[in-house]
Amino acid sequence: MVGLRTSSKKTLKGQLVSAEETTTEVADVEVDRTVDVIKEPVPMEIADEDLVFKASDLSVFYGDFRAVRNVDMRIKRNEITALIGPSGCGKSTVLRSFNRMNDLIPTARVEGELLYQGVDLYDERVDPVEVRRRIGMVFQKPNPFPKSIYDNVAYGPRVAGRKKGLDDVVESSLKKAALWEEVKDRLNDSAIGLSGGQQQRLSIARAIAVDPEVLLMDEPCSALDPIATARIEELMAEIKDEYTILIVTHNMQQAARVSDRTGFFSVEVDEENDRRTGLLVEYTTTEKLFSNPDDERTENYITGRFG
Amino acid sequence: MANISIPPTLVGSARRERPTIESLAGPRSRARKEKFIRSIFFSAALVSIAISALIVISLVREASVFIFEIEWAQTWGQNGWFPRTGTYDMPTLLVSSLIVTVVAMLVAGPLGLGSAIYLSEYASRRTRAFLKPVLEVLAGVPSVVLGFFALFFISPQVIERIGRNGWWVIGAVMVVVYVLLVGGWARRLVKRDIETPIAVQLKRVATLTVLVATGLVLIWWVNNVAGSSDVASPDFFSVKRSGQLAAAAVGVGILTIPLVASVSEDALASVPDELRTASAGLGARKFTTTVQVVLPAAVSGIVAAFIIGISRALGETMVVFMAGGAADAAQFTSSPFDGGLTMTAGMASLATGTDNVVGEGLTFQSLYFVGLVLFVLTLALNIAAGRFVSRVREQY
Amino acid sequence: MALTTVGGASNATRRVEDEIFRRGRDLKGTSFRSLMLSALGVSILILIVLIVDVFVDGWSVLSTRLPDFITGTLRSQSSSDALGISQGLLGSLWIAVFVTVLSFPIGVAAAIYLEEYAPRNLLTKTIDIAIRNLAGVPSVVYGLLGLFLFVQTNNGNSTLYAGGITLAILVLPIVVITSAEAIRAVPSSLRQGAYGVGATKWDVIRTQILPFAAPGILTGSLLSLSRAVGEAAPLILVGAITGRLAPRGGSFVSLDQLGDRFTAMPIVIVGWVQESGRDPGFAAAAGAAIVVLLALVVMMNSVAVTLRNYFENKRG
Ligand SMILES: Nc1ncnc2c1ncn2[C@@H]1O[C@H](COP(=O)(O)OP(=O)(O)OP(=O)(O)O)[C@@H](O)[C@H]1O
Ligand SMILES: [Mg+2]
Repeated sequence: MVGLRTSSKKTLKGQLVSAEETTTEVADVEVDRTVDVIKEPVPMEIADEDLVFKASDLSVFYGDFRAVRNVDMRIKRNEITALIGPSGCGKSTVLRSFNRMNDLIPTARVEGELLYQGVDLYDERVDPVEVRRRIGMVFQKPNPFPKSIYDNVAYGPRVAGRKKGLDDVVESSLKKAALWEEVKDRLNDSAIGLSGGQQQRLSIARAIAVDPEVLLMDEPCSALDPIATARIEELMAEIKDEYTILIVTHNMQQAARVSDRTGFFSVEVDEENDRRTGLLVEYTTTEKLFSNPDDERTENYITGRFG
Repeated sequence: MANISIPPTLVGSARRERPTIESLAGPRSRARKEKFIRSIFFSAALVSIAISALIVISLVREASVFIFEIEWAQTWGQNGWFPRTGTYDMPTLLVSSLIVTVVAMLVAGPLGLGSAIYLSEYASRRTRAFLKPVLEVLAGVPSVVLGFFALFFISPQVIERIGRNGWWVIGAVMVVVYVLLVGGWARRLVKRDIETPIAVQLKRVATLTVLVATGLVLIWWVNNVAGSSDVASPDFFSVKRSGQLAAAAVGVGILTIPLVASVSEDALASVPDELRTASAGLGARKFTTTVQVVLPAAVSGIVAAFIIGISRALGETMVVFMAGGAADAAQFTSSPFDGGLTMTAGMASLATGTDNVVGEGLTFQSLYFVGLVLFVLTLALNIAAGRFVSRVREQY
Repeated sequence: MALTTVGGASNATRRVEDEIFRRGRDLKGTSFRSLMLSALGVSILILIVLIVDVFVDGWSVLSTRLPDFITGTLRSQSSSDALGISQGLLGSLWIAVFVTVLSFPIGVAAAIYLEEYAPRNLLTKTIDIAIRNLAGVPSVVYGLLGLFLFVQTNNGNSTLYAGGITLAILVLPIVVITSAEAIRAVPSSLRQGAYGVGATKWDVIRTQILPFAAPGILTGSLLSLSRAVGEAAPLILVGAITGRLAPRGGSFVSLDQLGDRFTAMPIVIVGWVQESGRDPGFAAAAGAAIVVLLALVVMMNSVAVTLRNYFENKRG
C-alpha cells in the first residue's frame, strides 16, 4: 500500500467546479491528500489484450467547429479512467464519441481513429446500436423513463429482444447498482417517484441490465448530495471488476478517489475567432497525475491555480 | 491471455468474445427493418409534397385553358359576374373580396388583438385557464354556423337596424382610429422617441371617438326611431332573412377573431419576461410597459397575425356564400350593403348551380382560374406572415 | 425627511403611497385595461349570442321532435313529419372515418419523419415549407383539387369517397403540424436514455416518443377531426350538395355507399338555409341541425382542449 502523495503540500480549492467559480466563490481549503486517497498503484503500461479503447489523433467537430483535437488515449480493461478539465473542454464530447452517442447530434463528426478492442468504431459497417449495447452510458442528470422501476431496468434487454428471464436481470442489475433493497417492494411504482440519488442508481442499473462491457459515466454525481455521491463511488469500486469504466467528473477528489488513470483536458482559445478547442493535456496514472504531473497546466489546474 | 486474467465468476466482459467488425455490424435483419420503417415514414412525409404539386397542377392546368381561350374583354370592365352567360368580370369578385376582407379585419383585428393583450398581459392564470378555452371553442365553430348567424341575425339585427349611414360612420371612425393608432405608434417606433406620451394620442383618439359616437347615436335615431315605427317592438331572435356583403363580412370577422388572437398571443408570449421586469424595475406602469415595451417587441408577430387573418378572411367561403346576398351571379358593386360574390363565394355558387359544372364552355375552367388567383394571393400572404413569424423567432 | 406632526405624517404617507401605488391616478392604465378586457368580453359575448340565436331559431324543432329529426331524412317541404338529418349525420360519420383512416396515420408518420429522421437538407426543407403552406391554403381550393382528382375522372359524378379523401387531404397538414409539435416536446433526455442502452430508432419512437407525445397527437387529431366534420366549402366543390345518402341493402352504414352521392351535416345546413327563401320553415330546421352539429364539434374540441390542458398541467 502506497499513499498517493503530493510532492509538496499544496492548496487545493475545495471542489473545483469551473474556472470561473474557483476565482469567485470557493474559499481556499487546505487539503492533505495523503490522508484520504490511498490506493494500489497501477502500472503505466497496458498490455495489448487488456486494451479496450485506443484513440489515436481523435478530433470531434460540431459542424466546422472543432470542439476537441488530437486526443490520444489508451483505456485499460477493468480500470476506472477519469476525464477531468475545465468546463467546455470537450470531456462530454469525447465520452460520447466512445459509444457513438454523438451520432445523435446531426452536426457532430469524428476524425482520427478510435479502436474498440481492435475494431474501428467508426467503420461504416458498424451499427451504433450494437456499439451502445456493449458500451453503456450513464448521464449527468438522472433520466428515468416515465415507466415503472421494473420497466426502466428491463428496457434495454427488451429492446434487445429478450423476453424471458427478465425478472432475474432486473433483480441482479438492481443489486449490482445497490438499489435492490430500497425498491424491491415497489418495482411497479413509477421511477419518477424515486429520489435523485436513487434515480441515478436506477440509471446505472438500467445501463448494467444490457450486460455491457464498458460503462461511460458523464458526471454521474453532479446532481447528487454527498451521501448519494459516496454510494455511487462505492458502487463503482464494487463493479469495477466486471466493467471498464470511464467517468467524467468536475470533482478532482472524486477522480483521485475512484480512478486508476486520469486524463486532463484543457482548452486553447483561438484569438482570431474566439473559438475554444479542447485538447488532452496529460493522460497518465491517477497517482502520477495528482502527485507529480508532467505538464504545468495540469499542475496549475489540480492545485487550483487555474490559468 | 486476456481471458485468463479475468476471474471466472464474472459475467460481464468475460462472457463476451472479442468483438469483430461483423459482430459490431449487428444483424442484417435489424438494419433492413429499420430501413424499411424509415422508408414508410419518409413516404408519409412525401405525401405533402405530392399534394402541393397536385394542387398547383390542377389549378394551372384548367386555369391555363381559361387564360388562353377567354376573350379578355369578358374579364374586365363588365357590369358583373355572370359565368353562365360567359361574362367573367374579375373586378366584381375582387372588389367584393376586398370589402369582405377589410370589414372582417375591422372586426377581427381589434377584438383579436385586444383579447390577446388581455389574456397575455393582464389576466391571472386562473382567468386565463378559463377564458382561453372559450376562445378556442369559438375557433372551432364551423363556418356554416357563422353563415347562418350572419344571415339570420347579424344582417337583420345588426346591419339593418343600425342602418347604412350609421355603419358608414362607424366604419370611418374605426379606420380613423386605426390610422391614428398605428400611424402614431409607427412614428414613435421610427423616431424611437420614448418621451412622446402616447397618452396624448390616446386622448385625441378618445375625444374623436366620443364625438363620432354621439353623431352615430343621432344618425341611428334619425334612421330608425324617428323614421320607422317597428323598432319599438324588437323581437331580437326572430327568424328574418336578409343578406349583404357587410353581414357576411362581420361573420367572417368573427370567424377570424380566434386566429388573430392566438397568433398575437404567441407573439406576446415570446417577448421575454426580463423585458417586462426591467421596464417595471424602471418604475414604468403596466400600461407603459405593455404599450411601449411589450407591443413594440412583439410587433412582427402581431403583423403576422393580421396577415394570417387577412389570408383566412380572403379564403373564407361559406359565410359569404350563405349570407352575402347573391346567388350564382352578381352585379358589380363597391358597397358593403349590396349583395355580392367574393372569389370564394363565386366558386361555391358556380359549383352548386347545376348538378354538373363539367363541360359548359369555359364555366368550369373559370372556377379554376378564380381558384388560382385566390391560391396565389393567399400563398403570398402566408409567405409574408411566415417571414414575420420567423423574425420573431430570430429575435428571441 | 423627518415627519413631525401626526397629521403631517399621515398626509405624507398617503402621498408616498399614492406615489408608489399610483393609486387612483392611473386613468390611462385602467382604461386601456378595460378596453382590452372588453375586446375579450365582446368576443365571448358574440359566441354566447350566436349559441342563443341558433337555439332560439331551432327551438320549434328541437323542442317538439328531436328524435324524429335525427332519424328523419331530407324532404322538399319543411312541414314534413319525416324531415331530418340522418343522411347528413351518416355522411359526416363517413368523413370522420376517412380522416381517421387516412389523415391520422399519414400525418403522424410524416411528423415522426420530420422530427426524428429528416436530415437537414433541401428535401426536408421543401417538405416543411409544403406542409406550412398547405395549412394556409383556403379550403375551397382543396375542393378544386378534389373536383379535379376524383370527380372529373369519374365522369363528373360526385361520390362519397371524393368528399372523404378531399377532407382527409385538407386536414392532413394540421395533423402533421400538431403532431410534430407534440413530438418536439418529448424531452431529449428520454431519447438519450433509450439510445444509450442500445435502442434502435424505431424502438425509441415506439417506446418513448409515441407514448409521451400521444396526448398532444390525440389533441391535434381531435381538432382536425372536428374541423373536417364542420367543413362545407370543399364538399360543395366536389358536388355534395345535390347528393342524398341512402341506406343500402337494408343497413344504415355500408361500404357500397362509398361510390354513392352523398351529403354531410354542414351541407344539409347550407341546403336548408338556401331553401328557407322559398319555405321559411327550413330556417328552423337549419337552426336545429346547427345545434346538433355544434354539439358534435364543440364536444370534440372540448375533449381535445381539456386533454391538452390536463397533460400540460400534469407535466408542469
Ligand atoms: N451539440 C452541440 N453542438 C455544437 N456544439 C457543441 C455541442 N455540444 C457541445 N458543443 C461544444 O463543444 C465544446 C465541448 O463541449 P462539451 O460539452 O464536450 O464540454 P465539457 O467538457 O463536457 O463541458 P462541461 O464540463 O461543462 O460538461 C463546447 O465548446 C460546446 O459549446
Ligand atoms: Mg459535459
